[in-house]
Amino acid sequence: MAQPASNVVQARSEDIIRVRDITVQFGSTRVLDGLNLDVKRGEILGFVGPSGAGKSVLTRTIIGLVPKVSGSIEVFGVDLDGASSSARRAVERRWGILFQQGALFSSLTVRQNIQFPVREYLKVSQRLLDEIMVAKLGMVGLRPEVADRYPSELSGGMIKRVALARALALDPELVFLDEPTSGLDPIGAGDFDELVRTLQRTLGLTVFMVTHDLDSLYTACDRIAVLGNGKIIAAGSMADMQASQHPWLRQYFHGKRARAVMG
Amino acid sequence: MNADPTLQRIARDNALALQAAGSWTAGFAPVLETMVAEAEKLAGSRSNISIDVSQVSKLDTFGAWLIERLRRSLTQGGMEAQIAGLSVDYASLVEEVQRVKSAPAAEITQVTISGMLAQIGRTVAGIVGTIVGLIDMLGAVLAASARVLIHPRSFRLPSTVHHLEQVCWRAVPIIVLITFLIGCIIAQQGIFHFRRFGADIFVVDMLGVLVLREIGVLLVAIMVAGRSGSAYTAELGSMKMREEIDALRTMGFDPIEILILPRMLALIIALPILTFLGAMAALYGGGLVAWLYGGVDPEAFLLRLRDSISINHFTVGLVKAPVMAAVIGIVACVEGLAVQGSAESLGQHTTASVVKGIFFVIVMDGVFAIFFASIGM
Repeated sequence: MAQPASNVVQARSEDIIRVRDITVQFGSTRVLDGLNLDVKRGEILGFVGPSGAGKSVLTRTIIGLVPKVSGSIEVFGVDLDGASSSARRAVERRWGILFQQGALFSSLTVRQNIQFPVREYLKVSQRLLDEIMVAKLGMVGLRPEVADRYPSELSGGMIKRVALARALALDPELVFLDEPTSGLDPIGAGDFDELVRTLQRTLGLTVFMVTHDLDSLYTACDRIAVLGNGKIIAAGSMADMQASQHPWLRQYFHGKRARAVMG
Repeated sequence: MNADPTLQRIARDNALALQAAGSWTAGFAPVLETMVAEAEKLAGSRSNISIDVSQVSKLDTFGAWLIERLRRSLTQGGMEAQIAGLSVDYASLVEEVQRVKSAPAAEITQVTISGMLAQIGRTVAGIVGTIVGLIDMLGAVLAASARVLIHPRSFRLPSTVHHLEQVCWRAVPIIVLITFLIGCIIAQQGIFHFRRFGADIFVVDMLGVLVLREIGVLLVAIMVAGRSGSAYTAELGSMKMREEIDALRTMGFDPIEILILPRMLALIIALPILTFLGAMAALYGGGLVAWLYGGVDPEAFLLRLRDSISINHFTVGLVKAPVMAAVIGIVACVEGLAVQGSAESLGQHTTASVVKGIFFVIVMDGVFAIFFASIGM
């Protein structure tokens, strides 16, 4: 039996998301223009770009919420356009998504929100559902006492955490995080980065993270991709980004805030 | 990598070991749960036991938790249980689930007689609360109107016009169509039954009185409650959910003046107009049926209509309209502002808005009937 560690290393070269030449248009505005992007298994990809550049649009296009004009998207080696509905469902079972506003079901409690995907996909006892729910809450740093509250009774940061717990409910291989640390206090955001790292290490999780948090980029991300003018203008490690001569990148990674983070 | 999970008993000297292998992942959770439940029966059979996980090819939270659950129940059964052979990669995951305290059970509400009585009591108190809330809103709207009368510059004309378009102009086709059809049906039924007494012509009296006094305004009010009352509740409710109303308040604006007054005013202007159009459409439909089906030609119909109805009938119908509009508007706004955080609550209050709106419209119609009868109109 192979050691799990070597499995991870061996699988590293595999592309888990492969985006080719996608174009997305709203009316006459072209948001993404022939964009290419690869995400490798087991990496944490930080995705940055100016506000309104289309970061969320790309995320939503990959998960199939925004229709594209042309191009192809493969996730786990499955072409999502050509896939049958059962193949698509199988892919959806293997990813988890944290929406920017949390998108918790407002008429379900925290407990029901986290248990919902598990209950739909797996036939397990109520006892295990409850135990897994508490384990997930613990992973995102919440106490089990919040389980019977409704989303409207939670603070903004707690909503983010519960939404992450729900995204992780089925132990996905790939998670999309849309601005996960916005609205968290700096300590909470730091814990969150640590948590993403831990999950990535233990579960071989692949993370696609849209973020503006320089701390997250610096501490959590293996690779950074930058979106501009509808294309990826740069992709690489933090060192590559800092060495880049692109004006926006220089401003972003050498600005006042960046210097404060990196010292 | 996706091998079926197993859990085998291995006896080593006098110690007992459980060897887990395969993938202990969410997909196998039902199988894993029964295996773990089976292994839990070993509790108390030996003094110590080790759970060997070195052969586990894949582990996630589900698998890690079930191994931890097994360890806990064996420990509780008086054994010294420990997890062995944990790879570095999975150590932090197991550490994570070891911090999980036992899960709190979901609250189960029990049905008792005292609970049911309490529920009835709460409902009755709720009815009183509803009426107080309506009077409260009426007062707030009147106060806001008074403020606007004193400072006419604070009146929101564009907003009022916008709502007037929504509730009046856009409602015209459907209201005219429905009242036209109802007029046709009343005339047809009237002719069908009156013909047996040779009293065909009295269908005009019935149609005129019924449409102008009651059916016209009632039908239009019910349709407006369903069409615009529900829209008001849903709009205000979702604004409440997204804290937009709180935002207005903190900027020093009065939500009653900005959101509710234009809506109320639009409704109060719209309902008499729609009632008039509805009544005309119903009379036209009735006249058409009387001519084509009953053989009452238009000239005879108009002559008879002039004799049978007076301006009083027409006034009675129109006087009721603005009052009903106010009732519908106030109910819709109170329900909209009562919406809580969830989508379910928005649905409940929108339903309540329509049901209560129609209920109060009919109650008001009854009150008006008594009033007009006593003043001889």
